[in-house]
This record gives sequence, C-alpha cells and structure tokens, in this order.
Amino acid sequence: MLDIILSILIIVGAFFTLVGSVGLFKLRDFYMRLHGPTKASTLGVGAILIASAIHFSVKTGDISLHEVLVTLFLFITAPVSAHLMAKAALHIKVRQDKRTLNKSDQD
Amino acid sequence: MMKSIFPHPLLSVALWLIWLLLNNTVALGHVVLGALLAIFIPWFSAGFWQEKVTIRRPWLLVKYVFVVIYQILVANMMVARLILTNQEKLHPGFLSVPLELTSPLAISLLANTISLTPGTVSCDLSEDQKSLLIHALHIEDADAIITEIKQLFEKPLKEIFN
Repeated sequence: MLDIILSILIIVGAFFTLVGSVGLFKLRDFYMRLHGPTKASTLGVGAILIASAIHFSVKTGDISLHEVLVTLFLFITAPVSAHLMAKAALHIKVRQDKRTLNKSDQD
Repeated sequence: MMKSIFPHPLLSVALWLIWLLLNNTVALGHVVLGALLAIFIPWFSAGFWQEKVTIRRPWLLVKYVFVVIYQILVANMMVARLILTNQEKLHPGFLSVPLELTSPLAISLLANTISLTPGTVSCDLSEDQKSLLIHALHIEDADAIITEIKQLFEKPLKEIFN
C-alpha cells in the first residue's frame, strides 16, 4: 500500500518536472520559458520530496524532516532567481514574443 | 534586557528550527548549539535587518501558507495544460499590479508568492515601490488576474504585516 502511494507521488513529481522541461523547450520567448522551471521546482520537486520524507520516515523509524528544509529553501530561492533573470532580461531588452500583451517599453 | 539578547526574536526562532531540521535531531547537544547560533547570528547580522519584523496575526500567516499551497496545486495543473496544448493559443503579457503593501518584507513575500504560483512571474518592482511588474504566461482577462492576486495574496499579507 505504502509502495503504491510512494510510486504515485514519484510519478506525479516526474510528470510535472517533465512538463516543466517541455515548457522550457517549446515556449516562444525568454519570459515564457521562465515559467517552466519555476513550475517544475514547486509541484514536481515537492511531490518527490514528500515521497522521500515518507519513505525514509517509515524505513528508519525516525521522522525524516530534511525534506521540509529542502522545500523551504527551494521555495525561497526559485522565485528570487526567476525574478532576477526576468529583471536582467528586461534591462538588456531581450526579445519579446510578438503576441505579448502590454509589451514593456522596448525599441 | 530581553530585547538586547534577542534583537529579532522571529529570526532567532527560525534559525533554531532550521538548525534542528538540518541535523534532523532533537539531541540535547544540538538543541543547545542551535540556541547559541540563534542568539549570535542575529547579533552579527543586525545591520541587515533595519526594520523590526512583527507578525500581527500568526494564525492568518498559517492560513496564508495553506492558501498558497492550494494555489500552487491548482496553478500547476493549469499551466501544465497550457504547455501541453496548442502553443499558438497562448497570449503572454506583462501586467502591472498596484501595491498597497509598504513593508519591504511583505512586498518580497508577495513577489515570491506570485512567482511560485505558476503562470505568473514577478519581474520588476517600480522605483517608488508602488507597483509590481509581472509576466503572465497566458492572459484571458488581465483585470481578473490582478484582482485575484490582490484578493488572495495581498489582502492577507496586508493584514499580517501592516
């Protein structure tokens, strides 16, 4: 039973990580591609970390909470790096997709 | 007296908990070592924390965390669908969200939340800190997105920090 739950969590995590990577490949401009990795690192990694926490808590008998920290640090750092990349891209005026609404001031 | 030992009580508590989590233990030695770190690190980093951080309603913060987790789940599925469907239908765009928050910590929490809920990434804060520029992957109704951000995330943050 436990194995089934863990498997489902890992598959869900892998699926969202894959979708994030597909997004990175398929989306049209830099700003849209930023959405891929920020997403993969929330639900995708989150699900895998929950699976890891459950697995090691049950296996060793001690509650394993490292994963909570990994999640916390990830949730703090991922948006900050995305923000910095977006800010830098705006600064050097990276090309924006032609269908972008309200294009930020560009030549 | 208490204030000079703990210039930032919340930071101290957070550091202590993080230390214990890092070591994955509640052994006495680590509890004491963690407590020492929790006292000394805020002393040495006091220069970076000019403002005193106060949380007025801790219960609301807990509620906020759950709202954000739920929003992350919903938004992840929505964006997964957007990526896997026809790319031609996507209309990305920039939105400017007017801010009512004033505390820098509250603004950065809001910006982080916006980036974490996929579909929107915060890009830039205006010079006067009055509005936040965000990029949305797909815009159907710009006003709806802004209203949602203000209702779901900004309102509770305002009650907690301002």
